[in-house]
Formats: sequence, structure tokens, C-alpha cells
Amino acid sequence: MTDRKKDSYLQIRRFLANGKVLFGGFVLLLLVFTSITAPYIAPHDPNEQDITATKKPPFWMQGGASEHLLGTDSLGRDVLSRLLYGSRVAMFVAVAGTFFAGLIGVTLALIAGFYRGALDNLISRFVDIWISFPPILLSIVLMAVLGTGLTKVALAIILVDWTRFCRVIRGEVFNVREKDFILAAKAIGLGSLRTILKEVFPNIVPLLTVLVTLEMGIAIIVEAILSFVGLSVEASVPAWGQMIALGRLYVHQAWWIMVFPMMCIITSVLGLNLLGDGLREVLDPRLKVIGMK
Amino acid sequence: MNLKYIFKRLLYMVTTLLGVSIITFVILRVIPGNPIVMMLPPQATQQDILELKAQYGLDKPIPTQYGIWLKDVVRGDFGRSIHMKQDVMELIMERLPATMELVLAATAIALILGTFIGTVSIMKKDTVLDKLGSLLAVLGLSIPDFLWGLFFVLFLGVFWHILPISGRIASNYTLKTITGFFLVDSLLRFDFRGFYYACLHLILPAFSLALPLTAIVIRVIKSSLLEVIKEDYILLARVKGLSERVVIFMHALRNALIPTTTIVGVQFGFLMGGTVLVEIIYSWPGLGKLAVTAIITRDLPLIQGVVLVLAFIFVIVNLVVDLLYTFMNPKIRYG
Repeated sequence: MTDRKKDSYLQIRRFLANGKVLFGGFVLLLLVFTSITAPYIAPHDPNEQDITATKKPPFWMQGGASEHLLGTDSLGRDVLSRLLYGSRVAMFVAVAGTFFAGLIGVTLALIAGFYRGALDNLISRFVDIWISFPPILLSIVLMAVLGTGLTKVALAIILVDWTRFCRVIRGEVFNVREKDFILAAKAIGLGSLRTILKEVFPNIVPLLTVLVTLEMGIAIIVEAILSFVGLSVEASVPAWGQMIALGRLYVHQAWWIMVFPMMCIITSVLGLNLLGDGLREVLDPRLKVIGMK
Repeated sequence: MNLKYIFKRLLYMVTTLLGVSIITFVILRVIPGNPIVMMLPPQATQQDILELKAQYGLDKPIPTQYGIWLKDVVRGDFGRSIHMKQDVMELIMERLPATMELVLAATAIALILGTFIGTVSIMKKDTVLDKLGSLLAVLGLSIPDFLWGLFFVLFLGVFWHILPISGRIASNYTLKTITGFFLVDSLLRFDFRGFYYACLHLILPAFSLALPLTAIVIRVIKSSLLEVIKEDYILLARVKGLSERVVIFMHALRNALIPTTTIVGVQFGFLMGGTVLVEIIYSWPGLGKLAVTAIITRDLPLIQGVVLVLAFIFVIVNLVVDLLYTFMNPKIRYG
């Protein structure tokens, strides 16, 4: 084996040796898998109503049947199928929301952190103002303006959460900029843009990776919050938050309508958070929160 | 700490609030749903709509509208709620104590619980307690407050009926208010039954909000304690033969609490605007619930007022936290 190959081999070994990365990665893969294959693996049409079989319990309970493994909701729709389809909404907002929030936040952070001075002042002040909005209220107001729909949820998440990336990454760019290799890049005549892309950016990737996994979890939660107040995707699109909001109304008679989507959200967010935590440990041992094993 | 720094921060605060109000104003003015049309019966004529619009000043250009609004706000007049036909400031002040009480209780729980668990897990490293603490730190951060709230409702309100899950006090019990803080009011009136009821009603919503914050406190306490115990004065305390408990609680914890206070303070600001779902779940008559009603009914003056008040609390809290931080930690001086 060449050294380079051996290096990357060791790198992968290190990732896999971390239990958090392993668990989080598994959850993420599972989410990707169900969101892609939902139409093929879901036992029922998620919107198919069966008013003769409403609030059927999961199969292991009295009155449950294997036809509806996780029971049915108040309209007789299959809970399992709705959960599988719901993972598509979760994945969409997590990926689209995080990508664009990250793109805006990181771009502004690189500009602010690299050029400093008036530009940095301007961007930082804008971020300060933006985070003074209560984030949940801001997203609800935005949804009221934008109207319901999947892309609009993602847009609301982007507009609320880009500041998270901007604040954290800006600080890191400040640190990186002080390093000798930036001076060296300048000395050999590298332009600003090249320096930012080739020298600064690669150095913030470890931190960015962690932020991305955390933000994906946050996006899933925000979608659930918006669904809960009835301002998310259209009623015809099955989403976890909507299922929870509906299930809450029948919590006294049929707890499973509410509990299963809750478990989905918690598992996804827990997995993504652990993945972020684990990646932080593997990618940058210095960043490791001491005492958190 | 000098006056110049405080003055600079106050100026910052004013520009931030101006920015927030302008952005809210503009966002709200492009909302397609017309609040005026919603107020009138369906058979209303175009003429009626225009008249009502003029009455609320919604027919003028946005900058003019903003100018008028700002002038009124400076005089302390936030306008009248379109939907509830009541003074906006009055509506907000009615609900603010409820939210404040909830958030204060949650912050107190998080601070006490988090500090205790964090400290114990440092002292009893690698024991079951330490593991439990780490588990809570991970779960607390991964499960948002409203999901904790729903779990509590399910297990303690529906399955076991241990605690009340709706409102601030038993619906058949009237508490005469003075400050609007039920715990304070009931004590002021020596109404211990009322105090007991108010406490019971507060427990579940406060814990739902507190658990995510507790997780943060555990993390901060643990990492700052580990930093602090490397210091020389801790070594000195140990050399002096003080017991481990005294060293940790009397010497180390005092300094580890400085970064914790800062973070809890900032979180307090976030929490004031983040109680929306918990308030909905527990029918808690606070600001968050008011805000959602305002947004759904397109009640422009009310939304504007609530957002500004929450942003005001947020920046004030941040300012106080910063000043407290310099006060507690003399190593830091701002120029």
C-alpha cells in the first residue's frame, strides 16, 4: 500500500472506530434510504383513508393487525406509510435548508472574517439585528408571508438559520487568517479570492461539517414546529410535525398517532447530533469538549 | 467598566431595535392576507374596505406608515390590536408575566439541576451517575422543548394523571393578581392554596423548557470545571488538606459558574421568544400564544408590538449579561 492509501485507510478506520459517528451515520443513511424508497417500501398509500379502520392500534396490541403494523390515524390512514413518506419532507428541508443557509452564512463569514474593517462591521451588525428576532416567531411570520409548501419551509429555515453559520465561521476565519500560511500565500502573490478558497476555506471544513450535521437536526425540528402550528407543507403531504399535531388531538384514545412521529424526529435529531459530536472528535481533537466521552 | 462602553452598547441596542422594527414592518406589509378584508363581513363594499384601511393608516406608503408608528412607539403608544380591538401594550403586559414566570422557573431549574449533575459527574467520574449525566446532556440537546412537553402530557397528564397539563391555575380557582406573577401574587396574599395550585401547573411546562437548557448547563459546567481544577489555587486548596467536596463546591465551582451564567443569560433571551409551542401545548396564556394568534389573524400592530418587545428583552438581557460578566470577572475590561 502506498502511504497515501494507507493514510486514507487509517482515516476511515478512525471514523468507524467512533461509536457516535457509526450510530449517527447509520441513522443518516437510514433516513436517506427511506426518503428515496418510500413509494416502494410503504405498505399503503399514505393518504388512503379507510373510515372503517380508524385509530387501529399497532400490531402487538389488542385489536391490532399486521395489515397496519404501526396502526392507523383518526382518518384510517396507515401510520407506518405516513412516517416513511414523512422522512422525505424531513430530508428535503434538512438538505435544502442546511445547504443554502450554509452557503449564505459561510460566504458572508468568509468575506467578513477575511476583509474585516467596514465590511465586517456591516455584516456583523446585520447578523446582530437578525438574531435579535425570536427565531421561532420569525419563522412563523415568514411562513405567514410565504404561504404553505415544502420549498417555502426550506426558505424560512434558510432565512432564519444562516446567521448560525455566519457567526461561528466568522470567528474561525479570524483565527485562520492569523496563521503564517496565509502570510505565505500573500507573499507568493496569491490573490484574495484564491487565498480564501484555497487556504482559508479548507481550514474551516472540519468545523463546517459539524455545523452542517447540527443544522440538519435543527431544520427537521423547525419543520415539525411549523407543521405543529399548521404553517408548513400542504395538508396532502405527510409530514412528521403534522402527524404529531393531529395525534395530539386523539392522545387520550390513540397515543400511537402522536408517539411514532415523535420517535422519528428524536431518533433523527439524536443521530445527527451524535454524528456531529463524533465528527468533531475525529476531525479535530483540539475541539473535543473535555470530559464528554 | 467605563461609561463610554455602556453608552456605546446602549447606542448599539437602539440601532438593533430600529433594525428589527424596520424589517418586521416591511415583512408584514408584504403579507398577502389582508387583515382589513378579514375584519369585515363578506358583503362589505370596496368603499368600506378603503374607509377601514384609512382608519388604520394602511392606505399610506410604507415609509410614512413606519414614521407614524415609530413616533407613536416613542411616546409609548403601540397602537390598537385590529383583531382583539384592545390596546397592544395592554395585551402584551397582560401576558408578559405569564411567559416571564415560566421562563424564570425553567432557567432556575436548568441552572440548579445542570450545575448539580455537571459537578457530580466530574467528582464521580466514570460512575453510573456520570454516565447518566452524559446521557441527559445528549438527550436534552436532541429533544426540543415541545417534544418533552408532549411526552410529559402523555405520561404524566394522560396515562397517570399526576400533574395538571393545562393553564396556570385550576380553572375553578380564582387568584386575585397584583403583579401577574402567580407565585408572587399568591404569596403576597397569603393564599397558600393558590400558591400550591400555581406551582403544580408550572411544573410540567417549566420542565419541558428547562431540559434542553439543563443539557447545555451540564456541558458548560463540566468543561469549565475541568479547566478550573487545573489552576494553581485549586492545587493549593488541596495541599491545604481541604476535602474534595469543599475544593470543588467552595473553590472550583465559583469560578466555573462565570461562563455558565453568561450562557444561561443568553439562553434566557432566546427562551423568552421560544416558549410558543410549550405555551400552546399547555394552554399557557403567555406572549408566545398571543404572537401566534396575532400572526394567524394578520393582526399587524399586535405582531409588530410583540416582536419588538421580545427583541427588546433579548438585547437588554444580552447587555446585562455582558456587564455582569465584566463585573464577575475582573480580568476582562472593555475599552
